[in-house]
Amino acid sequence: MKFNKKLAQTQQNIPTSSLPDIIFMLLIFFMVSTVLREVDILVEYQLPEAIAVEKIDNKRLLSYIWVGRDERIQIDDSIVPVEAISNIAYGKRMNNPNIIMSLRVDRGSRMGIVSDIQQELRRADALRINYSALVKF
Amino acid sequence: MFRKKKRPGAEISSSGLADISFLLLLFFLVTTTIDVDTGIDLVLPPWVENAEQVQVKSENIANLLVNEVGDVLLDEKIIGIPQIKPEIISRIKANPKLIISYKTVRDTPYSIYITVMDQLKLAYQDLRDEYSREKFGITTDQADDEQIQEIRKAIPQRISLAEPTQAEG
Repeated sequence: MKFNKKLAQTQQNIPTSSLPDIIFMLLIFFMVSTVLREVDILVEYQLPEAIAVEKIDNKRLLSYIWVGRDERIQIDDSIVPVEAISNIAYGKRMNNPNIIMSLRVDRGSRMGIVSDIQQELRRADALRINYSALVKF
Repeated sequence: MFRKKKRPGAEISSSGLADISFLLLLFFLVTTTIDVDTGIDLVLPPWVENAEQVQVKSENIANLLVNEVGDVLLDEKIIGIPQIKPEIISRIKANPKLIISYKTVRDTPYSIYITVMDQLKLAYQDLRDEYSREKFGITTDQADDEQIQEIRKAIPQRISLAEPTQAEG
């Protein structure tokens, strides 16, 4: 007995002419959502974890202060001494009165340096801060 | 006279288009980081040159002290970090005007500071959730802006950051 393979009568190939369109749509999505990182982070840090964290909706208000494991402080693109923070923060607040200073501090840092930064920020009247933390599950 | 000559095959093949867009797509896929910033919000007290002492009734203050190894002292009583939240909740319920004075030493590790701060925030979150359920019958995540404002007004966060002291000894 002979087994013949039955072939469907319909056309076998999938039309690929709309493939570029789909790819373009994906491309545009990723182009729009991409934020190219504008600063190089010079300090080494690992964020602490917390449960009661809130999402920050408005990224435009954020300005970061990094504090590394070795207690060096970075703002924007450079390492700065503690005493310089109030001037920098004041300048930033002039441009953007609702600024939120996000403190990205290494989990092993001491409170002394964090408190010094906070005092500087108070002096610059940049009072809204945010302790950057990872979500703990 | 000037008739346009018909040239054969004057179209560009578009089969390579997909490949090019694939390449671009891959580039953006690789460079994109969809990260959401998360953290604990706080508003610092304004700077005053000669801070005048504001007298607060001692029964309205809860003194929270954390030393350099992470021992927590709440009003002269040692408690564990997970106990902070229930303790603070019951104390705020007993006295809604309670101000939490949170003090560390300069050598307290930042991670412990954040863990304790987290406990305080969780306590306030629970209190606000409870208020919201009683008043509006919904949790705080479902509340609209107006309701959130009202909840915040009803249960304000009273956390006072004291400047850390140098560890003794």
